Amino acid sequence: MTFRKPTGGEIDRHTLLRFTFNGVEYTGHPGDTLASALLANGVHEIGSSVKLGRPRGIVAAGSEDPTSLVQIEAPFPEPMLLATTVELYDGLVARGLAGQGRLAPEPDPARYDAKHEHCDVLVVGAGPAGLVAALTAARSGARVVLLDEQNQAGGALLGVDEYLDDRPSAEWVGDIVAELRTTPGVLVLERTTAFGMYQDGFVLALQKRTDHLGFAAPAGVARQRVWRIRTKQTVLATGAHERPVVFADNDRPGIMLASSARTFLHRYGVLPGSRAVVFTTNDSAYCAAIDLAESGVDIALIADARPDAPARLATECAARGIEVRAGQVVTGTEGPGRVTAVSIGDTRIECDTLLVSGGWNPVVSLFSQARGKLRYDTELGAFVPGEELDTVRAAGSATGELDLNACARQGREAGSAAAAAAGFTPGGQVPLPVSDSRCTSRSGLVVWRVPGADDASFVDLQRDSTVADVLRATGAGLRSLEHIKRYTTIGTAHDQGKTSGMIAAGIVAEALGVELAEQRPTTFRPPYTSVSFAALAGRDRGELHDPVRVTAIHPWHVANGALFEDVGQWKRPWYYPKPGEDLHTAVLRECRATRESVGMMDGSTLGKIDVQGRDAGRFLDMLYTNMMSTLKVGRIRYGVMCGVDGMVIDDGTVIRVGEERYLVTTTTGNAAKILDWMEEWLQTEWPHLDVHCASVTEHWATIPLVGPRSRDVLAAVAPDLDVSNEAFEFMTWHDTHVAGVPARVCRISFSGELAYEINVTAWYGLAVWEALMAAGEKYGITPYGTETMHVLRAEKGYPIIGQETDATVTPQDLGMSWAVSKKKPDFIGKRSFARVENNRTDRKQLVGLLPVDPTVLLPEGSQIVETDRLPEPPVRMLGHVTSSYPSAALGRTFALALVRSGHERIGETLYVPYEDSLVPVTVTDSVLYDKEGARRDG
Amino acid sequence: MTSPAQPPGAHLPEHPDFLWDNPEPKASYDVVVVGGGGHGLATAYYLAKVHGITNVAVLEKGWLAGGNMARNTTIIRSNYLWDESSGIYEHSLKLWEGLEEDLGYPILFDQRGVLNLAHSLQDVRDSVRRVNANRLNGIDAEWVDPAGVKEICPIVNISPDVRYPVLGATYQPRAGIAKHDYVAWGYARAAHAMGVDLIQNCEVTGLETSGGRITAVQTSRGRIAAGKVALCAAGHSSVLAKMAGIRLPLASHPLQALVSELLEPVHPTVVMSNAVHVYVSQAHKGELVMGAGIDSYNGYGQRGSFHIIEQQMSAALELFPVFARAHLLRTWAGIVDVSPDASPIVGLTPVGGLYLNCGWGTGGFKATPGVGDCFAHTIAHDKPHPFNEPFTLERFTTGALVDEHGAAAVAH
Repeated sequence: MTFRKPTGGEIDRHTLLRFTFNGVEYTGHPGDTLASALLANGVHEIGSSVKLGRPRGIVAAGSEDPTSLVQIEAPFPEPMLLATTVELYDGLVARGLAGQGRLAPEPDPARYDAKHEHCDVLVVGAGPAGLVAALTAARSGARVVLLDEQNQAGGALLGVDEYLDDRPSAEWVGDIVAELRTTPGVLVLERTTAFGMYQDGFVLALQKRTDHLGFAAPAGVARQRVWRIRTKQTVLATGAHERPVVFADNDRPGIMLASSARTFLHRYGVLPGSRAVVFTTNDSAYCAAIDLAESGVDIALIADARPDAPARLATECAARGIEVRAGQVVTGTEGPGRVTAVSIGDTRIECDTLLVSGGWNPVVSLFSQARGKLRYDTELGAFVPGEELDTVRAAGSATGELDLNACARQGREAGSAAAAAAGFTPGGQVPLPVSDSRCTSRSGLVVWRVPGADDASFVDLQRDSTVADVLRATGAGLRSLEHIKRYTTIGTAHDQGKTSGMIAAGIVAEALGVELAEQRPTTFRPPYTSVSFAALAGRDRGELHDPVRVTAIHPWHVANGALFEDVGQWKRPWYYPKPGEDLHTAVLRECRATRESVGMMDGSTLGKIDVQGRDAGRFLDMLYTNMMSTLKVGRIRYGVMCGVDGMVIDDGTVIRVGEERYLVTTTTGNAAKILDWMEEWLQTEWPHLDVHCASVTEHWATIPLVGPRSRDVLAAVAPDLDVSNEAFEFMTWHDTHVAGVPARVCRISFSGELAYEINVTAWYGLAVWEALMAAGEKYGITPYGTETMHVLRAEKGYPIIGQETDATVTPQDLGMSWAVSKKKPDFIGKRSFARVENNRTDRKQLVGLLPVDPTVLLPEGSQIVETDRLPEPPVRMLGHVTSSYPSAALGRTFALALVRSGHERIGETLYVPYEDSLVPVTVTDSVLYDKEGARRDG
Repeated sequence: MTSPAQPPGAHLPEHPDFLWDNPEPKASYDVVVVGGGGHGLATAYYLAKVHGITNVAVLEKGWLAGGNMARNTTIIRSNYLWDESSGIYEHSLKLWEGLEEDLGYPILFDQRGVLNLAHSLQDVRDSVRRVNANRLNGIDAEWVDPAGVKEICPIVNISPDVRYPVLGATYQPRAGIAKHDYVAWGYARAAHAMGVDLIQNCEVTGLETSGGRITAVQTSRGRIAAGKVALCAAGHSSVLAKMAGIRLPLASHPLQALVSELLEPVHPTVVMSNAVHVYVSQAHKGELVMGAGIDSYNGYGQRGSFHIIEQQMSAALELFPVFARAHLLRTWAGIVDVSPDASPIVGLTPVGGLYLNCGWGTGGFKATPGVGDCFAHTIAHDKPHPFNEPFTLERFTTGALVDEHGAAAVAH
């Protein structure tokens, strides 16, 4: 049997769409939602409830529906959508849910994106108020964005069969939309839900771009788009949701909100059933009853909870043979699944549909998110916007107004005020439509629940929470709505309490004997309706999740078989294995080649900050523990930076480029942090200093050329440069040409070997690298990666910040007291060096460790203990292994470690728990190779 | 649709029929606990239970446990690096293990384990270091390789071809989750049953001292004399301490969290990744519970910035592609109060009878039983419990820091 009317509704009856629900094939039409198509096929039972397993149907026609949860299975599995918001398409496969959805194991093939939009006036909701507001603002010349969650404009008008200005309301809507669309600077978005409202006019909206196309969705188009809208002014024309009344057994399928039944009728040409009882506390359900009766539904009775039925509407009902009983309420329902009978006092009426109206809840979620205060409207029995904010106005039924003409007037006023506040003068006035609606009186009775079987009177149909649960909560001593929400779980399901929240508040107020006006409603939180994770992730997936930074020389590394290490966002060559080599054999080869002849690496990722200004030296003196202002132009100094707690946060070289200019290098991973650190001090504590900092990391390609033959290689490619020790001293720099391009060459070493750091404009990096490779060929020049760099520096006892340090290590702990100025009156961290704790002799200090068995490689991260036998936990730990490598130069394994009183323990034997044994190690000085520094000058 | 034999939500326990009364404040109490969150309630409970001090009021300016206790992601673990931290967190974990019985409340404590993922070589070093330290401290911990990660949590993407591949993880099997509200209510109910007054909607507006000793609190509901006053107000502790002339080194930031709708079980454990900023578990009803990153600005506004959520989702989908079509249902923010070394401040103050418990940052929930017990001890004996002895306020002048920044950069 079909419940589809032969005519009417915004559907295309000439086109059949096939779909499968709960394993049964059905048909519907373009324009249907899954819910309307199911209702047209007489299907009311959608799923079952999460706790009690009771059948659940369709309560509302839109996104406020608490029950019609479905799982989409095809085209692609998506959990927990409302049948009322799924637009029907051919081939759709769905099933009803028991409150839990299913995630697909296969990857989501869809694309998602995000777009920024700026406007003067944002209007949320394209119902009568929103349309008039948008057009009013648009006519003033403001840039307007109009959003609506439906697939077409009209709002509540889509669910009625009314005339505006003596013509179908759709025509009035169409005219306004047409004018908006042709007005420059106006953006109208359908299927777009504003779901979050943040500070400073920042509004998030989700546009469903291709969901309604199903299998026909074009692959290249983002399925959903997050709009990040920054607006000067906002008009919230978000409408109102009808709310039910709670009574015994109010959860059966076939029990539906009256206005929603009217929407199914007018928008989709679908009848909710054959014989209906109507239960209302206000006028609006009368129109639903009359419209349905005129469409052939047998309206058995209207039970009006008010003592007197509205005379004019009652007369109209009588003329149609509809009985109206005032002062009556529904006291129970029957049915194996779907409702089959309704009890009203002693009267039992058979029916397949029960339509309910308990009044209207303005949709105030966004207003509340905007931190607008809500006010309880006793007449309406609902919270309404309690104030106007500077940048946010509500209009239409979102304010509690139900009369269409008044809603439109509010829209015009709000649109005009918003445009004016955004700096626009009024344009042509939008005429207000005159409606023929009969059911707009606000004179409803506020009824939250019908006394009766409280354990079967459902407040939140999705959470199976009943009046009894609410009363248990108040009986348990709970007073706050937030507590009661948590105790009962009311309002925590997918609908976030759109239909249940107000009722719960009302029942609580009654139970506690307090005024609702004194109750604080629970907080409305984003998102207004649920948003898929993938939509929020947008394009920031896979490679775009976080930018990959590569150096100018990167292609060469790839072509030459480098394996890479992630260091911050950078890809750094880790090592360059030759066929058959693993990490250790490759690194031993790279180390040996470098120490014995020449190697080079790509050091371009080192952070580089150009520090300029009259006070640059003074500034760096404050940042570094040692003195930088005394550095001579042309020279280089190594420095350490500490936090205010005196712990090392970074290190690197500083070269003095000019009287008022330094180039600071940082570790790769800390480049951005150190620039932030500099800016924080400059902007908050020392704004009087004349200093400017700029990151120049990516301007330069940096190539350390390392090893006894490095001088020969450099000489071959830098004919202008005198590379002799005398002319080019350690810790100095020269501008010259390398491989024919301008270069700055620094004589610094992170390996103890004779070394030069060649810096060229990044554009030339690859060419210079290749030139160096060619020039070094006869010396067996060997490219090496971060691992070899780590080994070479570890052999020399040079710490790596972040590996040897962990924010608890001072320069003194690292054996770098020499780098801490005794002369400077102040620098960051200085004060902390005087603290008791910093002067303990048993601090953890950087030392070397030599396993007694020279073939044992200690795992990095191993802890160190004092005894050769482990006591019961907790075991006293002396420190840990920070770095550990096999060494070609030492012909054995070695490690660096932080060890309590380490400097005093040199020569001692300590133990490292490793698997099931304790490995004996000898504590040594941290410098294990070339202690005397003989290799530095080649 | 077919009703399953057992609906998915049928197994969840009910709350007791009675929780607590709502008394008027008395004129005076032996101990006034300021802040009715998890820590304040637990402190009151242990004061009454362990030390027999029952003339206690817990003052809450809003609703009980409505601050961070209601806003955290309920992760419980003790696998901290430093002895001081693992000491108090392991003490807490041991209390968690008996808490349901202790409180007589179904707190849904579920030891499903936690994986802390490593994504870089330095992550690996730090993780191995932490595992070794944990084991020597008697805390269950192991290092698992990517295949092991997959075995424990099959939905983690361990492909080497992602932006930040999973290189392994630390695993603490005894870690888990609990239901935050139930925990708070369990403490509140049990404390109330022992005579503790729970006073809601009662904001402390002043602290009275005399001769260097606390004597009373002024509140929105009048003056309340107090023998001792214990501050358990997280970030607002700064505001309260200032009333007694004490400056606290705390910075408060918004930290957001979120849940999805209810989903069939896919995620059997807890996964945390500092490097890509994800921590997620699937709660008992089936919702995915996730923490987002910290907002960098300071403030007491319980609301964060949306781009943080977007970044969170992008990171979550890198690790868990299966989440693509899960839906964000609700977001919210708490306020994390962070001390300079990212460790808490629990102990005495320069004012006699005034005690301090704050600075838990993102770690407060899991510490609830442990700190409640230790703080109660501190108050009862006017002397720190050995487990909170390291967490003095003085350490910021002596330098005896317990720096957990490295161990938990985004921390939880």
